[in-house]
Amino acid sequence: MKHVYGWLLLTPAAILLIGFTHYPAIATLVDSFFSTGTAVRPSRFVGLENYAALLDDPIFWQVFRNNAWFALGTIPTAIVIAMVMALWVNEKLPARALVRMAYFTPTVLPMIAVANLWLFFYTPQIGMFDQVGALFGAPSRNWLGDPNLVLPATMVMVVWKEAGFFMIFYLAALQNLPPELQEAAKIEGASRWYFFRRVTFPLLMPTTLFVLVNATINSFKLVDHLFILTKGGPDNASSLLLYYVYQVAFSFFDTAYAATLTVVLLVLLALLAVVQFLLIEKRVHYR
Amino acid sequence: MRLRTGFVLETGAAWLLALLWLSPLLYAFWAAFHPPELATHFDLFAPLTLSNFAKAWTYAPFPRHFLNTIMLVTMILSAQLVLCTLAGYAFARFEFFGSNVAFGLVLVQLMVMPEVLIVENYRIMARLGLVDTILGIGLPYMASAFGIFLLRQTFKTVPRELEEAARVEGCGFLGVLWRVYVPLARPTYLAYGLVSVSYHWNNFLWPLVVTNSVETRPLTVGLAIFGAPESGVDWAVISAGTIMAVAPLLVAFLLFQRQFMQSFMQAGIK
Repeated sequence: MKHVYGWLLLTPAAILLIGFTHYPAIATLVDSFFSTGTAVRPSRFVGLENYAALLDDPIFWQVFRNNAWFALGTIPTAIVIAMVMALWVNEKLPARALVRMAYFTPTVLPMIAVANLWLFFYTPQIGMFDQVGALFGAPSRNWLGDPNLVLPATMVMVVWKEAGFFMIFYLAALQNLPPELQEAAKIEGASRWYFFRRVTFPLLMPTTLFVLVNATINSFKLVDHLFILTKGGPDNASSLLLYYVYQVAFSFFDTAYAATLTVVLLVLLALLAVVQFLLIEKRVHYR
Repeated sequence: MRLRTGFVLETGAAWLLALLWLSPLLYAFWAAFHPPELATHFDLFAPLTLSNFAKAWTYAPFPRHFLNTIMLVTMILSAQLVLCTLAGYAFARFEFFGSNVAFGLVLVQLMVMPEVLIVENYRIMARLGLVDTILGIGLPYMASAFGIFLLRQTFKTVPRELEEAARVEGCGFLGVLWRVYVPLARPTYLAYGLVSVSYHWNNFLWPLVVTNSVETRPLTVGLAIFGAPESGVDWAVISAGTIMAVAPLLVAFLLFQRQFMQSFMQAGIK
């Protein structure tokens, strides 16, 4: 009886999950072996041709590199800032609740709204970036129009958006550290930096690994800001993998190639899932 | 004495960072409540105005976008609560044939969110005739792996004795779920609800792909069209529109800060 009930309870969710996750994932893989059909020429099996095209596509390699730089640039910075934020907010700071609120607020804002607000900061001359730069005598720059500056410029915004979210994980971890450690360090006369380096930081390592993996996954999904700020430009200098998928599918209408690009994205996410699984396994062994 | 200065310095740095973190939002508020020509000139005594909000309200069909988002968020959350409760209950209390494999397959969605599969999901929606409908935006999210996982974990902590007592009282397996499990999982439902509402209030890519008319577009998509540089709307009005769009969630967050942070944390840890 429990078999029947179990499956009955699961069925509604299972239908939707299969319909919109498993089936499309497999269909994407299948589509990547076919050509894009048109009214004149129906879609046909082309084997690995789409993948060969992908390897020859300079834009693919560029968005792939962009994504790697985007991840490398945003994740460590956001993690360091998040850790500092958590250490501060965990102390008896005056107006602590207010400070914590300020750090976390960007997390609840939609990326589209954030990009709308930041767009103005990037404006040459009148934007905040240039006005702050002018204080230090820096020349005016076209932050979003210069292929060398656009990716770092958008990364600043993403760090701002994400650091507060990572902070709460560190905060939770800090609050679970035994207070005796701090007392012992005080008696021993250890400096705060020493204590952080030798005690707090190593104990936060599981949290750091956890945040690291999640942030990496996020870095493949964060593309909303591109729709407002740059449309991937100039010359794809700020484009990311998922944004390129969107462009290929809905601007160039090459669905087969979009499917091929999606397969790359799925493989990357699968690899990250394996890493995450191994990390969880490891943590279980610690206990 | 050295300790004291250290503390003051740290407090100052923490406050400075907080101010820096709030500044984009504060700046948007400044611009939204002042005449457009003052957007870049700080003057504490500049006249305040609501005309930017009035303009934003008429430039874009905000009332319609608000309605769409509210309908979308409500529809997704109610469907999620029902589907995830049933599935979570199945995984927590029925060791049915193939349940471990099924659970593994459910967890796949944690990694492969519907927005990664936009190409194929769009095709499915086209086949179902659901392109440009609110149901079409919501459908891929209704069976949420995260919700199922969260409720399964919560239901597993419910003592079996309570269930047996309810059975003695004559409850069927759905009665047990409704009378015992659901009430005990209230904090989980609250946390999940907050995360789900925030997520879908803010979600953009999939709604953009699957909608193409004012009647179905949610706030984020409307805001993107309105805020795009080529729309030529001036910055004060864009700020006003953006603030309107984020206001409900922002106010909710300011009122229930602790609850929000805890829910987001649970959502992350999974």
